Amino acid sequence: MTVSLAPTAVARSAGERQEDVPPEATAASPTGPSPAASPPGSAARFRLATEDPPWVRRLLVSVALLFLAAFLLVPAAAVVWEAFRGGIHLWWKAVTEPDALAAIRLTLLVAAISVPLNTLFGVAAAWSITRFRFRGKNLLLSLVDLPFGVSPVIAGMLVILLFGSRGVLGPWVLAHDVRIAFAVPGIVLATVFVTFPFVARELVPFMQAQGTEEEEAALVLGASGWQILTRVTLPNVRWSLLYGVILCNARAMGEFGAVSVVSGHVRGLTNTVPLHVEILYDEYAFRASFAVASLLFLLAVVTLVAKQVTEWKVRAESETWGGR
Amino acid sequence: MSIEIRGVSKAFGAQPVLRDVSLSLLNGELTALLGPSGCGKTTLLRILAGLEFPDAGEVVHEGESINGRSARERNVGLVFQHYALFRHLTVGDNVAFALRVRRRPRREVEERVRELLALVQLEGLARRYPHQLSGGQRQRVALARALATQPRVLLLDEPFGALDARVRQELRRWLRRLHDDLHVTSVFVTHDQEEAFEVADRVVLMNAGRIEQVGTPARVFEEPASPFVMRFLGAVNVFRGRVDAGRAFVGDLEFSAPATAERSPAHVFVRPHELEISLSPTPGSFVARVERVVTLGSAVRVELAAPPYGERIEAEIDERRSRTLALAPGTQVHLSPRRVRVFAGRQAEEDSLTASHL
Repeated sequence: MTVSLAPTAVARSAGERQEDVPPEATAASPTGPSPAASPPGSAARFRLATEDPPWVRRLLVSVALLFLAAFLLVPAAAVVWEAFRGGIHLWWKAVTEPDALAAIRLTLLVAAISVPLNTLFGVAAAWSITRFRFRGKNLLLSLVDLPFGVSPVIAGMLVILLFGSRGVLGPWVLAHDVRIAFAVPGIVLATVFVTFPFVARELVPFMQAQGTEEEEAALVLGASGWQILTRVTLPNVRWSLLYGVILCNARAMGEFGAVSVVSGHVRGLTNTVPLHVEILYDEYAFRASFAVASLLFLLAVVTLVAKQVTEWKVRAESETWGGR
Repeated sequence: MSIEIRGVSKAFGAQPVLRDVSLSLLNGELTALLGPSGCGKTTLLRILAGLEFPDAGEVVHEGESINGRSARERNVGLVFQHYALFRHLTVGDNVAFALRVRRRPRREVEERVRELLALVQLEGLARRYPHQLSGGQRQRVALARALATQPRVLLLDEPFGALDARVRQELRRWLRRLHDDLHVTSVFVTHDQEEAFEVADRVVLMNAGRIEQVGTPARVFEEPASPFVMRFLGAVNVFRGRVDAGRAFVGDLEFSAPATAERSPAHVFVRPHELEISLSPTPGSFVARVERVVTLGSAVRVELAAPPYGERIEAEIDERRSRTLALAPGTQVHLSPRRVRVFAGRQAEEDSLTASHL
């Protein structure tokens, strides 16, 4: 506070002495406070009021960059380095070995089931939360977030508690010759639980910001509920939706904790890519482990790029329509 | 008679928005719902569109209640304040929307779109997207879209509210001319008196969920039915007084006030332009002191103090007259009301309170 008040005081006292000098010039006189705290002259007028002095800016930016390098870039580079150290040939052998291929197939299958399910759920949840007035709306919104709040291990445990041989529904399910826990359906269930907030979380704020006017317009123009959904709502949220789907997919493919509990780790049958990486590592097959891990890294890179592109699209659309 | 609203009431939670509203919309007429924000005019429009449903009462079309019909089945045209154009569709596709969801043949759709775009003077813009258009153009697209199915009634919700003043004026005149050509029964909501008067055949004044008065612009302005209408339609001076046996009294002044109750307190309203200023006393005049003179262009607003009648009285005279009188702060003058409206009873007080919140 004192710093910002000082130049005015200086200008006034100096102005009394030499009246023909404009106020800015007097403020720039050496009697003013230190330049770092309150830089005088023309440059100072272009600085944002909320902006910190340059040294603070530089310090914060370098802290952030160093942190990023130490905890993200170096490990990521290590994974890639380790994966390709034995040459591309060994890498290729590791990822095309039958167990690895089975793990990749299973991961793709799990994602292919849980991502569409959660997309459907996410659209339905976002639609009901933003378009209807009903009791328990806030509760629903909080429940959507629940999987973010609990450890994925619990998601896995839930499946076993329900469908394990001593679980609530387990004996009944087993009597009908269906295996859920320690089998593919269990892995899918756990993954669905863990990934279900992504699409809804992405759509709710976007649809809230958009309002309901376009849908009302469509209704008055004679569109049915389905026509409104397919011709107005979905086209409007398409980039937001895609963004949510991408994040959902990344998590579905990369999930370890929840899947680890329900999988049973049967090689070639119930191993997903992350689990396969762990098994290889436990067996001291480091190079193969890193080779398979590099696939997950590749997934991360693809996700990042796709996420960035859709983010631009979302932003471009909300900008064109921000003011309406 | 085209559309009738019978005894419609509506509340949002505990908050009543419409209280027993009845209104007939005449075929081919352009009606303005005019009132301050929160008076229920938009809710009434949305009930007509089928986007809200009344708690009591009904909307009747050609003698048949359409309460049970959804917005989808009513075939009304609705124009929103913020256009509500489909942002991912081109202008042409926006206009074609209602026809496409009805699965009309492609030929017919194309022809109708061309026709409508010509009607709103936007030929050649069919391939543009809404965000590439100006506000006035967007609103004309919205209008074309609403007219596509030849709706039985066209509803406009503050259609010019989001536009800047110059465009608003142009569009207003254009809408009036368009209505003269098409004669589609229309209702439009506004809080702007000038807009309502310029565009509408009939004005419906609303306040706090009720209809205060219905009539032509000239009639509601000349013969306001309530203190609210008096205050809402332009500036007005209010004097406290009383009525007795068909006469109204304010201090030493006396006015004729037929059709008022016996012996009750009353408010006497005088519009600024109906207050005569002279330098010498005339019959029925009272003394005032000029406080401020404000030039408004062709007219001059004079602010005066005249205790005990009022501390802040406004008069409006034309500029030439003001020069003849050579008014300046401190000048002593005589005011005589050319025309007064008297509203008796306590009601006047409550209503003026509501109006002062505008």
